[in-house]
Amino acid sequence: MTDVGSPSHGHDHGHDHGHDHGDPHRPEPLAPVEARVAAIEAVLTERGLLDRDALDEIMAHFEDDLSPLNGAKVVARAWTDPDYRARLLSHGTEAIAELGFSGPEGDHMVVVENTPTVHNLVVCTLCSCYPWPVLGLPPRWYKSPEYRSRAVREPRALLAEMGTDVPTDVELRVWDSSAEVRYLVLPERPTGTDDLSEAELAALVTRDAMIGVAR
Amino acid sequence: MAGAAALPRDNGEIAFAAPWEGRAVALALALVERLGLSWDEFRQQLIAAISEMPERPYYESWAVALERLMLAQHLTTREELDRAEPTERPVL
Repeated sequence: MTDVGSPSHGHDHGHDHGHDHGDPHRPEPLAPVEARVAAIEAVLTERGLLDRDALDEIMAHFEDDLSPLNGAKVVARAWTDPDYRARLLSHGTEAIAELGFSGPEGDHMVVVENTPTVHNLVVCTLCSCYPWPVLGLPPRWYKSPEYRSRAVREPRALLAEMGTDVPTDVELRVWDSSAEVRYLVLPERPTGTDDLSEAELAALVTRDAMIGVAR
Repeated sequence: MAGAAALPRDNGEIAFAAPWEGRAVALALALVERLGLSWDEFRQQLIAAISEMPERPYYESWAVALERLMLAQHLTTREELDRAEPTERPVL
């Protein structure tokens, strides 16, 4: 897997083994960071601070329960239910929890709505924090230094490069996640969707639109 | 900046390039919860680790932050972690 945003993989091997993961008979050597994470786990386990089952449960939770499909349901509900939309925009955490989504990195949710005159973009410049309960884990580009700096410095150019043109008469608001708040963009409902069910509408909502790099 | 024009839009849902990355995330969560810390205590370590080496891969900074949190909480020493490092990839 190529990793465009990260020029260094931290490997301190003396030879250039490249990053061709194609040979199943010679798995890539243990990277220093991999060994360090294993050491952390070993020490925490020895100290009785870690339950291996708890770790597996957390990882399963990420894989099974947390994804942008959750956020899509929130958006579709907001598109079809004006009262829910109002609750979502004023008390994001509670409204999102109504649909069953809550937990770490989702304790203080603020939902920002796109309109014909306002387009919202979310970033976390310091650490790439991200609303896990509604969007799952962040994509690689969201964590890159390029995204984190350009989203605040030159958002319109950045979005254009990512394939999204925000007209100059549309205000572009950039929200930088803080220690407390995690943001979710409520995209505009596409035209011509009046006959669609909530589930069909949810299928139209993309993760990128809920971050704000797509409209 | 190199790579800026080609920010990959990775719409595949694989969030981790390798299993250890997911493990590091889960370890941070588990530790914070177990110790009754605020997530922000880990987050501050992560912010510091990222800002000191911006080009370091994200989850490597994450691992550094996790180690520093453990040291700050006096849960271990660097030497103990050094000794606990495996020489072969552990079977997870």
